[in-house]
Amino acid sequence: MLGAVYGLAPSSSREHDGASAWFGCSVTARPYRPMVTPMSSLSVGATFPDSDVVFQVHAVSKIYQTGELSVVALRSVELELRAGEFVVFLGPSGSGKSTLLNILGGLDTPTSGDVRFRDHWLSRADDAGLTRFRREHVGFVFQFYNLIPSLTALENVTLVTEIADDPMDAQEALRLVGLTERENHFPSQLSGGEQQRVAIARAIAKKPDILLCDEPTGALDFPTGKLVLDVLAQINSELHTLVAVITHNSAIAAMADRVIRLRSGEIVEVTQNARKASPEELVW
Amino acid sequence: MGTLERKLFRDLFKMRGQAAAIALVIACGVASFVSMRAMYLSLLRSQADYYAQYRFADIFVELKRAPDWVAERIRQIPGVAQVETRVVMDVTLDVPGLQEPAVGRMISIPARQGQGLNTLFLRRGRYLSPTGRNEIIASEAFANANKLEPGSELQAVIQGRWQKLRIVGIALSPEYIYEIRGGGSLFPDNKRFGVLWMSAETLESALNMKGAFNSIAVSLLPGTNKLDVISTMDRELDSYGTLGAYGRSDQVSHRFISDEISQNRITATVIPTIFLAVAALLVHLSFMRLVSTQRAEIAVIKAFGYPDWLVGLHYVEFSLLVAIAGYVLGCGIGWYFGIKLASLYAEFYRFPVLVYRLDLPILLWAGLITFVTAIAGAIGAVVRAVGLPPAEAMRPEAPARFRPMILDKLNLPSLSPAVRMIIRNLERRPLRALASAFAISCSVMILVVEFGLFDSLHRMMEVQFHDVQREDIAVTLNEVHSAQAEFELAQLPGVIRSEAFRAVPVRLQFQNRSRKTSILGLPEQGELHRIVDGTGNTLSLPPEGIVLSSTLAGILGVVPGDSINVEVLEGRRPARTIAVAATVDELLGTNAYMNIHALNRLMQEDGSISGSLMQVDGEKQQELYQRLKQLPAVAAVSIKAAAVDSFRETINRSMTLSIGTLIVFASVIAIGMIYNGARISLSERSRELATLRILGFTRREITLILLGEQAFITLAALPFGFAAGYVVCAILTFHLQTELYRMPLVVQPASYAWAFVIVFLAAVASGILVSRRVAGMDIVSVLKAGE
Ligand SMILES: Nc1ncnc2c1ncn2[C@@H]1O[C@H](COP(=O)(O)OP(=O)(O)O)[C@@H](O)[C@H]1O
Ligand SMILES: [Mg+2]
Repeated sequence: MLGAVYGLAPSSSREHDGASAWFGCSVTARPYRPMVTPMSSLSVGATFPDSDVVFQVHAVSKIYQTGELSVVALRSVELELRAGEFVVFLGPSGSGKSTLLNILGGLDTPTSGDVRFRDHWLSRADDAGLTRFRREHVGFVFQFYNLIPSLTALENVTLVTEIADDPMDAQEALRLVGLTERENHFPSQLSGGEQQRVAIARAIAKKPDILLCDEPTGALDFPTGKLVLDVLAQINSELHTLVAVITHNSAIAAMADRVIRLRSGEIVEVTQNARKASPEELVW
Repeated sequence: MGTLERKLFRDLFKMRGQAAAIALVIACGVASFVSMRAMYLSLLRSQADYYAQYRFADIFVELKRAPDWVAERIRQIPGVAQVETRVVMDVTLDVPGLQEPAVGRMISIPARQGQGLNTLFLRRGRYLSPTGRNEIIASEAFANANKLEPGSELQAVIQGRWQKLRIVGIALSPEYIYEIRGGGSLFPDNKRFGVLWMSAETLESALNMKGAFNSIAVSLLPGTNKLDVISTMDRELDSYGTLGAYGRSDQVSHRFISDEISQNRITATVIPTIFLAVAALLVHLSFMRLVSTQRAEIAVIKAFGYPDWLVGLHYVEFSLLVAIAGYVLGCGIGWYFGIKLASLYAEFYRFPVLVYRLDLPILLWAGLITFVTAIAGAIGAVVRAVGLPPAEAMRPEAPARFRPMILDKLNLPSLSPAVRMIIRNLERRPLRALASAFAISCSVMILVVEFGLFDSLHRMMEVQFHDVQREDIAVTLNEVHSAQAEFELAQLPGVIRSEAFRAVPVRLQFQNRSRKTSILGLPEQGELHRIVDGTGNTLSLPPEGIVLSSTLAGILGVVPGDSINVEVLEGRRPARTIAVAATVDELLGTNAYMNIHALNRLMQEDGSISGSLMQVDGEKQQELYQRLKQLPAVAAVSIKAAAVDSFRETINRSMTLSIGTLIVFASVIAIGMIYNGARISLSERSRELATLRILGFTRREITLILLGEQAFITLAALPFGFAAGYVVCAILTFHLQTELYRMPLVVQPASYAWAFVIVFLAAVASGILVSRRVAGMDIVSVLKAGE
């Protein structure tokens, strides 16, 4: 359905070389539509009076059916995320954070309820539509960096810039994460922190509307983790990208605009930070 | 069932696609081994049974004429068991429904069925009755080709007079399993050549051979030296115009069949070997992967105290289980195909009995070979699993290590990341890529060889029927005639051009080697029969001396310039020494040529001819055939177009089955390899591919990345397959050559193209199978598993 929307929308007909380098399939540029979403009365902690609502999550449930057993990972979640926000999701293991993030990022679909990204219904999109959504709007960072081992740092980034619409320069992305020196190294030649920063460079190179990070510092030591968080904060402030970070480290919550706590698949608390701490101030 | 066994079956189920592909390749190997071996043995046995039951003779001799009492002298030769004297004569036939004249070989047989040697197997009708004077029994091949049944009638020119013959029975003879005239013709033309058996009494009187014979068949006691008997017989028969006694190995029908049966041995070895080698490779690659995905499981099993050998045995069992599935399937298919093949051959050769047994030894051998294949394939994985220390195995496998390699040194900025990924993965595991390329080039090779052999038969046919035999018909006279006959033949209706030939049976001898053949005398400026070598060059006949085909020169061990002894076996039987003027690299036969005048001089005769080659006006063909049938001097007419057709039909019939089978075989290898290769990389790189999906790559794109590697290997394997195919074609054409023919080495571009197309389609089919796997891949769960 999402695919249909894209297909019918007037395209800005900007050709990009990257896409044709990949097997010659061209990607139609995403039409930018101004926001028409009315503010939802269901929004949780709607304290940004004039912000753009990017995500609107309504009554979302996710139930995993494994044989006889059914696990409720999310229960009627209501949520709004706004452009330029830095959001931290906190909660114990198994509370549904990853499930929620995967649904927001178009990796998974809810069992029931609606998810809207601007004016596109993610909850009703098919696989091709979700793929296109990820390709054009979302940057992901995972706990395990998931770099392509056969590509160098720079190539891991160009992998994305070549299929993106209006990306930044791949070298610029690596510069932003401070890895210009290492651009020709393979993942196996990089430390964990460096690998994670390459993953961030890869995620931001397409200038995504949203950057979703699932425990980005989970596998890193303290100083390296801080370095990574610093990069995320910088992206958020300089590029005004909506950044959502999952963690079970509550110290990290201090650098967020909003902190959303989950337990057993439900949002139990939303906190608006009066002041965003800089990563340097964090201690854990 | 133990826990390990339960794991075994579950793993097997998980790997069912790959296991099925491996089992299928094994099945093809086993099937080809079983069917070809069984067919080979079945043909050997059927032949032996046939020969024994119907008393196929051991020694044969044709001569001009000998009185009956001479047979007694032959019977006295030590070692001779049984002697049968016969009258044999080729006559012109008028067959109902056939425009052109046919040739009948009349052979006398005892008055009572089942006596003597080379006895008949009666298919239909009855044996000759003592009273019926014109009764004949016709050979089945001839009868079937002309739709003749008991009761049908034929006309034959016997002693210059037309005689009516009535078919009473249709029969087979061990002497004419492969029914050809001999002499120049190498391919059966059952419509225009047939064997007819008639009672000795009738035939002798019809042919003016009362109390005499012109052919002897002899059987020997076990343990007799055949060569001694042959030379004694030659001495005894010297004064009766003998053409020389010969054993089974020179008997045309026996020789053809034995050659063909033994050719099957080559393919019965080569094809299964290729399959089982590929199967072992597939097992190896798949199981090495299996062991690395199961590192943790192996560690746990070991940590619980299972001994190493039990862990190793686990993988051996796994491999054996797959192999057993392939073996059972292969035996079934092999058994079925073996019967099919054997009965096809039996039909072609007209064996009255087909002994088809699937012997236990064949099955046991096939089992042993399969077992060895399975073990050989699994050994690498077993060694790795056994050698894994439990503690280390608990840790995840070290991440794929990539370092700058050839690609990076080349510094090509224009390559897309996808192409870089493909090339770097190939570079990282060169041996695996090599193994895959090897299997695929085997598949290409099989196809190129098969199509190439087809090409080579076509070339052989083209050279023979287009360059060498340029006549439309060849007329053979029943006796040597003067040059006047040539003039009369040329006057017949529809004859555009006529060239006389003279054929003389001779024994050629050089030092201690000798060979019976015939010299073909041709006119100096002849156009209708050319002497052409394998590359298509024409040799013009020198006025003096003899020209030998290289095969014949090889047999005699002579080179141009040597002088050989020529002993003529007809007429006044002169013997001379003649210089070898040239040798020519002919494809067919062991021929000797002379200028017809030189041959006439050698024979001390004046312009005699044996027959004439003719170029004929198609419009007047019917009239000409009618006239030729009427001419008593004409012994035989052979029509080239008919020979070409029957040859083509024979080739096509036998090639369709083998081409079909080999296409299936080659596709199984290609699909097995490409599918398995892609499945292994899918398993190794699932995380990487899931990541690409997350980054927004479509299924199609990642399927292409995955298959790109296989496509690259396939493309790289093609030239090697082509080259290997050409080389194997060269080896096979060399080994398949017999004294009767040599196969030219030609592989047409179209053959390479077909091999490419088939392997390409197989690759596409594997691609489709794999892409269904990619579609089913769960991105999120792949990411959940830690590295
Ligand atoms: N594919 C799946 N199948 C079944 N259950 C799942 C699956 N993925 C997640 N779950 C369950 O859903 C719940 C939420 O998981 P998740 O979102 O990964 O939690 P978190 O990221 O907060 O640790 C857990 O109870 C987990 O066991
Ligand atoms: Mg999680």
